[in-house]
Amino acid sequence: MSGLIVNRLNVSHGAIHALHDISFSVDPGQLAAVIGSNGAGKTTLLRTLSGLKDASSGSAQWDQREMLGVKPEDLVRRGISHVSEGKSVVPELTVKENLVLGGIWRSNKAETQESIDQVVELFPRLGERMSQSADTLSGGERQMLAIGRALVSRPKLLLLDEPSLGLAPLVIEQIFETINTFRTRMGLTVVLVEQNAMSALEIADIGVIINLGHVVAQGKASELINDPALRAAYLGY
Amino acid sequence: MQKVIETLLIGLTTGSIYALMSLAIVLVWRSTRVINFAQAGQAMFATYIGFEISSRSGVFWLGLLFAVVGGALLGAGVDYFFMRVLFKHANTGPAAVVAPVIATLGLLGLIRSVVGLTWGGEFRTIEAPASTDGYTIGSTTIPFSPLNALVIITVSLILIALAILFQRTNLGLALRASAYAPEIAKLAGIRTARTRTIGWAIAGGVGGVAGMLVSSNNFLSPYSLDLLLVFGFIAAVVGGLESMVGAVVGALVLGIGLTFILNYVGTSLVFIGGFTVLILVLLIKPDGIMAKGKGRRA
Amino acid sequence: MELWRKARDVVRKKIFFFILLGWVLLIIGDRVDELRVYQGAQIAMYSIALASIVLLTGYSGQVSLGNGAMMAVGGYSAALTLNNLQTPIWFAFLMAILVSALFGSLLGAAAARLSGPYLAGTTLALAVGLPAIANQFTFLGGEPGLLFDIGFPPESFGEEFTQYKWFFWIASFIALISLFITSNILQSRFGRTWRAIRGNSLAAELAGVHSSRMKVLAFTISSALAGLAGAVLAMTISLVAPGAFTLALSFALVTGAVLAGISSLPGVVLGGLILVVIPEIADAVANRFGDADKLNNYLPGLIVSVLLILSVIYTPNGPGENLRKHLRKKATH
Repeated sequence: MSGLIVNRLNVSHGAIHALHDISFSVDPGQLAAVIGSNGAGKTTLLRTLSGLKDASSGSAQWDQREMLGVKPEDLVRRGISHVSEGKSVVPELTVKENLVLGGIWRSNKAETQESIDQVVELFPRLGERMSQSADTLSGGERQMLAIGRALVSRPKLLLLDEPSLGLAPLVIEQIFETINTFRTRMGLTVVLVEQNAMSALEIADIGVIINLGHVVAQGKASELINDPALRAAYLGY
Repeated sequence: MQKVIETLLIGLTTGSIYALMSLAIVLVWRSTRVINFAQAGQAMFATYIGFEISSRSGVFWLGLLFAVVGGALLGAGVDYFFMRVLFKHANTGPAAVVAPVIATLGLLGLIRSVVGLTWGGEFRTIEAPASTDGYTIGSTTIPFSPLNALVIITVSLILIALAILFQRTNLGLALRASAYAPEIAKLAGIRTARTRTIGWAIAGGVGGVAGMLVSSNNFLSPYSLDLLLVFGFIAAVVGGLESMVGAVVGALVLGIGLTFILNYVGTSLVFIGGFTVLILVLLIKPDGIMAKGKGRRA
Repeated sequence: MELWRKARDVVRKKIFFFILLGWVLLIIGDRVDELRVYQGAQIAMYSIALASIVLLTGYSGQVSLGNGAMMAVGGYSAALTLNNLQTPIWFAFLMAILVSALFGSLLGAAAARLSGPYLAGTTLALAVGLPAIANQFTFLGGEPGLLFDIGFPPESFGEEFTQYKWFFWIASFIALISLFITSNILQSRFGRTWRAIRGNSLAAELAGVHSSRMKVLAFTISSALAGLAGAVLAMTISLVAPGAFTLALSFALVTGAVLAGISSLPGVVLGGLILVVIPEIADAVANRFGDADKLNNYLPGLIVSVLLILSVIYTPNGPGENLRKHLRKKATH
């Protein structure tokens, strides 16, 4: 069984037990929306999956290989990329350098250049600003750059942490559209963590709802959207 | 007028040596968030190695080469064996703030003692690779010698090489990314620990060159590089610890300024001058003269 | 009223302890040979100096290498006062305290905005440059320095009472008093406030603490202590010269404090003991292996540095901390 399989994952921040027995699975090529309110543990989940944080127990497998306990830099080489929250670009570097960063671990520079070209196709605004310093970009452009950098590493599994945070609704729409486009084009598996539950579930195949560190519901996104109880609790209407 | 130009030239020479030291300090600071006081010790050790080779072979440049390699190996070693252990153990309690500082100071003392035990405290001299007689222009001799010119040229070459490394190579990009944003670098697949060690190695090698240049035709002793460390540190602070260009600019400014004090006021105030500059910068513009106004985080 | 009563209790408890200690020291001073008496005076001197580090670094969290320089300030002030103004000895010591407190407050004011490596680097610069500064000004006696001769013990003490014993008594007396006072300061709200600043300066500010002011206060008191220690040092060698206040001294102080537990005041005596013992050991080793000069010069430094590194890595908060942790673990099982 390939894809992402998370089984009874427990994570603590010191004495605080942040994630309890989290279990869910995502088939290859699917987009899973992980939603829940602030402090629910969504970011912790992604950071544990990408190796930035250690789990206390449980397992997470991608493509039938255990992910936990592996360093982030090694997971990247396995095709797992994490775009952490907060428009994670390096402001002191140029746009181009940020993109090159995505492929820096690869020895084949031609491949990296190809990927960069593909990303620029997806996000033309970046192409216009290649030699500009990343701190001159707007919020939306930075998010595109962050995602673009992750894409340059040609991942099979993409972990996105709240890409819509702090962005205008129009920009959010754009970004979500683009996410959908590239994931179908490139056959990516995506785990999308979002507070913006509605937009996330609309493009997702499955949804996982987390509250206070527990999975409270999961299933087909379309079903979750239409469940009245969930709508009241998490979607607000 | 002539004195001004002379002072400027000498100041440039002094400043360029400080630039190497301050660059090394900033390099390490950016990549590890630690001011490595032991860098003076590393440079000293590297210089003694250079001294051995150059006095046995009679070739300064061979000694310099060994000093660079020695300094680089020592720098990498310190990061790998010392700093990693330190961060693993001392990260709680009131000491967490204090530990890295004290530890690198301890390391400085350790290296100094080892050097002293091995070579003794007598002053050594390293033969300069160029004449120290001032250039004669027409009928006047200025205090600027071929050696000074050589120092400026060497440092400039090194700075150019480093600039190319950092701006145009993937290694340089990795070094910068690991220093500016270590977490993002990790997520981009950069092996940040390894990269950091390389940064330390580069800093160590650069320190070795600084030590060799400062000691050529000067005295070398287990204490002779302390002043270099102090002025290198001051230069780094003046330039704002966050930028490598700033480190160089700060060093040149400091070198020229101190030489003016030396020539126009007298030796007594050189050190006090330097110290005053440090205090002034820290009080007035703590981010350094090159900073864009970001906060200073220790 | 309540506070006054509490303060009186604490002082009463402590005074008894210190008097007892003083009595013991007096007896020891009588029974032991000259060299040990001299070393006793050194230990007393180091205790005061280390107390200044405990206060500054252990409590208020500021790593400074400038205490050696402050010792110099104190030593020179005392010598200048005694030599030029012909005052009684206690006045010379008082001047040492006041002048170094003044310099300390200046340094503290400059340093209040610095943290961690910036502070360390700045004070390192001070420590490195101090001998140079002292060499420059002729009224400081240049390289050979100034004499600091406090004279002979009073005749009423009898013929047997040597000069070194006199030094020992004075040093111990001063040490006892200053440690007593320091201990009270550290246990008062000043001490608590410093610890709060050290732990989390932002939180302390939000709780209404003026951290800059408190930091400067820490520097001032710490420098006063260091200056006093410097005057005591000058007394024991009858001299104050730049060579007595090198960078190595500042290093040794920091090491002694870290070894003894950087935030533990009682540890300073142990720290002083260690600092006096190390050159002894180095001496012994040097004599066994010949080549005495080189070894003598650099072996103490080697031992000091190794000890410092080991203790910073493995017992960063002092051996006391590990012991406490151990006891705590036992208690919760």
